[in-house]
Amino acid sequence: MTLQEKEQEIIDEFAIYDDWMDKYEYIIELGKELPLIDDSLKTDNRLIEGCQSRVWLNTDFDGENMQFSADSDAIITKGIIALLVRVFNNESPKNIASSSLRFIEEIGLHEHLSPTRSNGLASMIRTMKMEALKKV
Amino acid sequence: MNETIAKLDVAQIRLEFPTLHQEVYGKPLIYFDNGATAQKPKSVIDAISKYYSKDNANIHRGVHHLSQIATEQYEEARKIIQKSINAPASEQVLFTKGTTDGINLVAFSFGQLLKEGDEIIISEMEHHSNIVPWQMLCERQGCTLKVIPINEKGELKMDVFESFLSNKTKLVAVTHISNTLGTINPIKSIVDKAHAVGAKVLIDGAQSIQHAKVDVQDLDCDFFVFSGHKVFGPTGVGVLYGKKEVLDEMPPYQGGGDMIAKVTFEKTTYNELPHKFEAGTPNIAGGICLATAFEYLNSIDMDAIHAHEQDLLTYAESELKQIDGVRLIGTADNKTSVVSFIVEGTHPFDVGTLLDKQGIAVRTGHHCTQPLMDIFKIPGTVRASFAFYNTKEEIDVFITALKRSVNMLL
Repeated sequence: MTLQEKEQEIIDEFAIYDDWMDKYEYIIELGKELPLIDDSLKTDNRLIEGCQSRVWLNTDFDGENMQFSADSDAIITKGIIALLVRVFNNESPKNIASSSLRFIEEIGLHEHLSPTRSNGLASMIRTMKMEALKKV
Repeated sequence: MNETIAKLDVAQIRLEFPTLHQEVYGKPLIYFDNGATAQKPKSVIDAISKYYSKDNANIHRGVHHLSQIATEQYEEARKIIQKSINAPASEQVLFTKGTTDGINLVAFSFGQLLKEGDEIIISEMEHHSNIVPWQMLCERQGCTLKVIPINEKGELKMDVFESFLSNKTKLVAVTHISNTLGTINPIKSIVDKAHAVGAKVLIDGAQSIQHAKVDVQDLDCDFFVFSGHKVFGPTGVGVLYGKKEVLDEMPPYQGGGDMIAKVTFEKTTYNELPHKFEAGTPNIAGGICLATAFEYLNSIDMDAIHAHEQDLLTYAESELKQIDGVRLIGTADNKTSVVSFIVEGTHPFDVGTLLDKQGIAVRTGHHCTQPLMDIFKIPGTVRASFAFYNTKEEIDVFITALKRSVNMLL
C-alpha cells in the first residue's frame, strides 16, 4: 500500500462519522491502542514540548525505510500520532519528505496542527520530515 | 434566590452580546473562557464601528475638525475611566496596550529608580506577565525578587509576606485575583503593610475589575493595571493607574511623539502626565470604546453581578465535586467565579478538546502560571471562568458534557 493509499484508507474510515464526538471516540481508541514508546526512549532529545501536551518521538532507519514510534501525555494527541505513524511507517525518506498529509485536513483535524494549538503535533510532523530529509 | 440576584436580568443581558448566540460544531456555544477574554456588548461593537465610520483622525495634533472630535472623545474616555475606578485625576489614567504593557512600563520606568540590593515582592500565583518583567528588572538593576508562597487552598501566606517586608522592600506586585485559582487577595491589608515599610504596591487587576467595583483611592495602591478586553472592551488597550507623585518621579518609558514638550538635539524635555508615558499614536478607537465598555458596566448593579457570579461559582463547584476523580485547584475562602480542576486519569488538553466539540469553550493548560502548576504538581488544569451573562443552565450542559468526555477518556 502506498502512502497515498494509506491516507485514503484513513479518510474512508473517518467518512462514516458525521458526529464530532464519534470521530473523537475513534481517535481516543487509536490513542489507547498505540504501542507505548519504551520509557528508556523518553529522553529529552526525543521530547517535543508543546504548550499543552508533550510528545516523544523515536526515529529508526533501516537503510531503506523509516520507522517511527511516539507517545504523548494527552490521549487525543496520541490518537493523531497513531494515524501519522501508520501513514509514515515503512515509507522511504523521499516519500515522507514530499508528503502533503492531506488526510489530516480531509478528516477535519487540521486545527490540531496549527501552531497556536501548541500540542506538539505541528513540531512533531516537522521533526519527522526533517529526519526523513536527512536520509534522502 | 435573594433580592439582589433577582435584579440581574440575565436573559436581557445576553441579548446585548451577539457572540453568545451562535452554534459551534452544531451545538449552542457556551462561553466559559471569560478569564481569557470577555465577549463584547453591542454598544462597544457599535462604538468601534462609529469611530472608524465617522470620527477617525489622529489626536492631540490636528487643528482640523475631525482631529478635535477624536481628541475630545479620547480625553473624555480617560475621564469616564477615571470616574469608574475613582482615580483622583484623569492624568493619572494612562492608556496602555494592556495589563502586560502596564506592568512593563512600571518595571522599566519605576525600575530605573531602584538600585542593587533593593527587593521586589511578588507571589506564587502571579501570571507570567507579573513575574518575568520583575525578573528582567532584577537582572538589570541587581535587585532581589521575593515570592510569597501560597497554602494548599491557593491563598497567600500572609505571615511569610510580612516576614519579607523590610526597608529594602521597594515594590510589592501582586494580583488582585488569581486567573488560575480565582483567589481574591487581601489587597488592602497588603497595601497597608507594604506602605508601613515605605514600599510601593502594584496591583494586577486583569481579573478583578470585571467582577467587583474597584476604587483605587480606597485600595490606596500606587499602581493598578488592567486590560480592556477582559472588561468587555476592545483588545489592544488597557490602563495603568498611578499615584501622581510616583508617576511624576518616574522617567519616561518610551520616547517618541506626543510625550515631549520640546525636542532639540542638545536636550529634550518631556510632556506632562499622562502624555509623558504615551509616546506615539495610541489605540484611539480602543481607548474611546473601552470607555463605552465602562459605561455599559456602570449601567449594571455591580452587587447584582457579584451575587449572580457567586451563585454560578457555588453551583459549578458543588456539581463538579459530585463527579468521581475531580480535583478542584484553588479552593480559597474568598474566590471569584473561576473553577480550575483536573480529572484524575485525564489530561486537561483532552478534556478541553472534547468539551469544545460539544460547544463549550474553556481554557486548558497552565494559564501562563507555570510555577503555580509546579507547586500543585500538575501539567495544567481545565478552567471554566464565568461572566455575568452565564447561566446555571449552561453549567448543567457543561457538567453533562464533562461527564461524557471523562467516560470517553477513561
